[in-house]
This record gives sequence, C-alpha cells and structure tokens, in this order.
Amino acid sequence: MSDRPADVRIHDFKEVDCGLSPAEAIAEAERCLQCKKPLCVKGCPVCIDIPAFIREIADGNFPAAARALKEQNMLPAICGRVCPQETQCEGVCILGSKETPIRIGALERFVADRERENDPSLPETAKPTGKRVAVVGSGPAGLTAAAELARAGHAVTIFESLHEAGGVLTYGIPAFRLPKDVVKAEIDQVLALGVRLKKNHLAGRSVATDQLLGYDAVFLATGAGLPAFMGILGENLNGVYSANEFLTRVNLMHADAFPEFDTPVLHGARVAVIGGGNVAMDAARVARRLGAKVSLIYRRGEEEMPARKAEVGHAKEEGIEFLTCTNPTRILGEQCVTGIECVKMSLCGIDASGRPSPKPIEGSEFTLDVDMVIQAIGTSPNPLLVSLIPGLERGRKGNVVVDNDGRTSIPHVYAGGDIATGAATVIEAMGSAKKAAAAIDAMLKGE
Amino acid sequence: MYKVELATKLADRVYEYWIRAPQVAQHARAGQFIILRLHEAGERIPLTISAVRGDTVRVIFMAVGKTTEELATLGAGDSIKDVVGPLGKPSEIENYGTCCVIGGGVGIASTPLIAKELKEAGNHVIGIIGARNADLLILEDEMREVCDELYITTDDGSKGVHGFASDILKKLLDERQIDRVWIIGPAIMMKVTSGVTIPYGVKTYVSLNPIMVDGTGMCGSCRVTVGGETKFACVDGPEFDAHQVDFAELMQRQRIYTGQEKVSLERFAEHRCRCGEGGHHHE
Repeated sequence: MSDRPADVRIHDFKEVDCGLSPAEAIAEAERCLQCKKPLCVKGCPVCIDIPAFIREIADGNFPAAARALKEQNMLPAICGRVCPQETQCEGVCILGSKETPIRIGALERFVADRERENDPSLPETAKPTGKRVAVVGSGPAGLTAAAELARAGHAVTIFESLHEAGGVLTYGIPAFRLPKDVVKAEIDQVLALGVRLKKNHLAGRSVATDQLLGYDAVFLATGAGLPAFMGILGENLNGVYSANEFLTRVNLMHADAFPEFDTPVLHGARVAVIGGGNVAMDAARVARRLGAKVSLIYRRGEEEMPARKAEVGHAKEEGIEFLTCTNPTRILGEQCVTGIECVKMSLCGIDASGRPSPKPIEGSEFTLDVDMVIQAIGTSPNPLLVSLIPGLERGRKGNVVVDNDGRTSIPHVYAGGDIATGAATVIEAMGSAKKAAAAIDAMLKGE
Repeated sequence: MYKVELATKLADRVYEYWIRAPQVAQHARAGQFIILRLHEAGERIPLTISAVRGDTVRVIFMAVGKTTEELATLGAGDSIKDVVGPLGKPSEIENYGTCCVIGGGVGIASTPLIAKELKEAGNHVIGIIGARNADLLILEDEMREVCDELYITTDDGSKGVHGFASDILKKLLDERQIDRVWIIGPAIMMKVTSGVTIPYGVKTYVSLNPIMVDGTGMCGSCRVTVGGETKFACVDGPEFDAHQVDFAELMQRQRIYTGQEKVSLERFAEHRCRCGEGGHHHE
C-alpha cells in the first residue's frame, strides 16, 4: 500500500492512495487484539462491528467481512476513503497507545473495493410495510437514511435536484480522493434495495411542499450547500470562485476535460485558495492539477487547520505553498483578478471555537500576484426548501432544529446531515441519518 | 430524458421549443426558468420558461453559443438528457394598477407569461416589444392577446415605431400613471431602459441572466450586486429591483468564459462540417 508519487499524480485525477493488497490486509487484520469491549466501535458514528469484519479479513474471508460491514454501513468504500478515522475508530484503538492503531479505514476500503470488483451482496430487506417515505437530497445523509428505511420495508423515494446523485460525494470531493466509479457503485447498491431516485427534482419547486408533506414521513438531507464569501472588496471580479463552484465545475461537470466536455473552468497560472479545511485542500489540489502554482492562505497556524493531517500532507507533497497566519483583506484587479492583498495575523487568546484567536498585525500588509482566487471558508445550510416549509423551526444559522433522533418541529418530518448540524463530515451526516431512520421506522411501525 | 414535442424556427437563429417536463410544467410560474443539459458531456444552461401547456414547457432561445447551436439541431421527437425546474422566484404578481411589460429581442420570450399573470391579477397591462428589425420581432400575436395595449419598436424602423422601447416608455411615463415596470432583454438594454424610470420613481423589475451552474444556490457563479449586497440570481432572483442592480458588474461577469466559449463553438462548427450535418431541421 502506498501513495502514488506526487510528481506523477499532480498530472492526473486518478486516486492518490493505491490501497492494500490482500496479503497486507490480512497482516494488518492479524494485528487486531479483538478487544472484548472494543473502543473502536464506540468511536464509529455508524457503529460498525469493527472487530467482526477485521476477524473475517484475518481469516481470509473477504465476502463475509463485506457482509459484516454492510450490516451497519452501505457506503463502506466511500467511508474507508474519506472518514477521519484518526479522530474516530483509529483514534481510540487501544494499540495506538503502544504502537500504531489498526488501519481500520484502509481495511474497510480494502473489503469494499474487493467486493465491488467481485460480486456485491445485498443485505436482506424486510417485507413491504406499505408506508411511503420521501428523502430530500442524495448525499451521504440521504443515501444512508434511504438504505436503512428501504431495508426496513418502506417505499423510499429520493428527490435530487442535480442530474447526478451523491451530493457532496459527487460534486465536492475530487476523484483523486474519491473516484467517481466508487461513488456510483455504492449508490447503485442503495438503489438495488428498491429505493427510487428522482433526479432533476428540486424539492420545493419541482415537487410542491404539500406534495412532499403528503408522504408518511419526510427526511430532509439537503446539506450545507450555501457557499460563504468573505465579504471583502473585489470578490465579484472575474476569476474569483467559491470552492463549491470550482469543484462542481471540475468534479460534476468535468471542466478539466474541456472542450471534450462543454463546461469551462478558468485555469489560473497562480491561484490563491483561502481556507484551512478539507475543502480548501481539495480546491488547492484540483487547481494544482489544472496546472497552477497554488498558495493556500489560512488565518491561523497549520496546527489549527481543520483539514485532516493526511490531506495537509498530501497538499504539501504536491507543492502547495502554505501561507499561515495570513488573511486576505481585498482582491485586486479591474475586471479580472490580478492580485490579492493580505495581512499577517498574530494568534492571541482563545476564541469561542476553542482555537487561538487571530488578530491582524498592523502594517504587515503585502500583496501576492495571483490570477485566480478560490474561497473555501465554509458553507451554511441550504435555505431553499426549508424556508418554504411552514412551521419548520430553524436555528440562528439557518439549520433545521432537531432532537437527538432527527425529529423536527413538524411531527412526521425529520432532518439529518449538514442541514441539521451545519457543515460537518460525511460520516457524521451518515450517523445522524441512521438515528433518524431508526426513529422514522419506529414511528411508521407504531402507527 | 425529456422529449422535444415541437421545434420551430421563429426568426434568424431564434427557436421555439416545447419540451415535455411534467414536474416543471405543473409548478411553473411567470419569471421562473429551467436548466437543461443536452447530453452526458453537456453544460447546464438556464432558459426562461416562456409558456406552459399541459405537461410541456416552452423555451425560446437564440443560437449564439455551442449549447444553443447544438440544441437548435434537435427536432421534434428528439430528447434532452436533463431538465430541472422551475427554478428561481416567481415574478411578484399583484394588482398594482397599470403595469408595463417590456421585452427586447429574444427577451420578449419571457413577457407573455408575466403579462398574462398581471392581467389575471387585475392590472391594466401595457406591452412594449422591440427588436433590431421586423424579422426578429417575436410573439407579437401572443402579446397582443394578453396585453390591453401593445407597442412595437424596431431599431431600423422596419416595423412599429422607429426607435427603442425606452422611447415609448418615457412617453407613457410622461402621459400617465404607471405603477410597475418589467424589462427583460439583453443586459445593456435592461440597464438603459430601466434608467428611464428612475426620475419617475416607478418600481422596475429586470430579469438577470448571469452564468449559472447548479441553479439551486450552491455555487455562487450567478452572484450579482443588488443594492450593494451580493445576491444569487438563481435563488434570490432572477428578478430584481432594476434601480439597485450593478449592471456593469453583471456584464463583466457574463464575459468570464468568452475565450472558452469561442473555442467550444468553433470546435462544434468544425465537427458539424466534418459530419456533413447541417442542422437544418427548421429550414
């Protein structure tokens, strides 16, 4: 198992991490202590029986390992790649205190890839209940809830506004981190459970809200799709993108293959990416692959970056320049971007997020010559549908207010994923969707 | 797949298409739009909903870029890969009194539906439609049917009044009370024409057409400055208070991909020549 060399991989969109060989997987699985009270399972938002699937790998029984995984998680090839295991299952692995933790994510991916390439098995589904459930959005939360509810025997319809399913898995995460055939195969598995997918259906517009509320239960998983902009001067110059737009043009619309594909994207020679999260790393690495020299600008220090350490490492290997403790003050240019003015920041005190609070250092302004700027400073809950549903309680940040089981202020309407929590990870979205699906199932069966 | 039910050429490079899309047709209101993608390699482009009949919606477009040129090669019975809508907020239809609905060039496509809904809301509706010349003037009969009064202008005087819609609008504003004005057309035409209503303090709507991708508020490609604030035309619009719109920025942002658009169009033209495909369904 290894990463492809940086100087090779920056010229294509093929996957960076090559995955484990069967021998490597078995050797890794044999290291597992098979704890009686496994901490790793507690660390997993979707409660995969991790020791069980690892035991099957150690025995060389890969199909059984896949079945054990899919009992709790229908998207294992995706999670194996994009979950922050280091802060979840692997972060609490008992082996971590003495040596290195079991590489649970790599093993999950190995099992899922192997199954996909051979003969995928489907979990059993219960007898039809005759209840109809509408799921809005086909991202990680929507897919997870749909799979759980279909397995429980309910008739599930997913409404997706784009022409492809997958939400952020499709438009957001680049192929070199999450290949699109992997996403498609796992979505197909969910659909094979009998889930209906209605693409090109924007709930609230193509499906009226009363039509939607006419289902026996509704699960809202519309995500945190609304991109934030910094609100600095020059933001609407040609050449300034939100990370959402830049990534959507490349990942969903294949603008990297223009003019074979019709959607264009600008190819900056020198690109500034603003932000320190996984999305910022993704945007920087995509811009690099389109031929740019990339500077990543982040207002705090590298230690404070919310991105996974591995992704920060990948970005650095690929030649992304890191300008930390730096914040943009305005974007320069007449019609197109020609530069960005920044100020150095000092870290002092601790802010509400528990991280060092950045303050501008007076007189430290400097400019960078760039011809493109990508803002990856976060997204907020998509207001479109939820603002059209009367009586749906929303929080200050526009998120749908839910209890622990995803219940909203409307009895048969549930919500999960980023629309409820604000921008978070794929696996957290899936975890909240599983809880909500269990509550929906209980409600539908209790009636 | 979404079937083209009827494809007609209305004028030089201007086409009228009826597309079967029940989920759009059942909910469409004046002022809204669709986004379509022709095939797997296609881009997503927004087009205003011009009319609705049963399960079909009408779009009217000018073949000016690669995608619209390619769309124009489709005939009745052909299919479009993806259609999503209705997108955007509907026009703010109320009984205001007397309303003026102005269309310029292919922008006339949007006007009958707005005029019709204003009429149904009880307004006295004055239509003004203008084009470069008589041959490019579209939907005259339809507008005559839904408007209480209709004025026609052409830049060259080949039909109606020799001049611009703004000339007629100014005359009307001097003569009588106008309560609301809608202007739909090229950005420069909307800028100039809406300038006329400023001294009269008449609230004026324009329908903005910036570059879009998803059309659901997710990417921010279509951001426009209205009243000093950044808005997304796809979900906050497409109609905005004309007097607050930064038209210079809109026009600047419409030019982001001029270079690539040219490459794409030339490549498509070459491909058509090689394949001997004329795209003459309509001639």
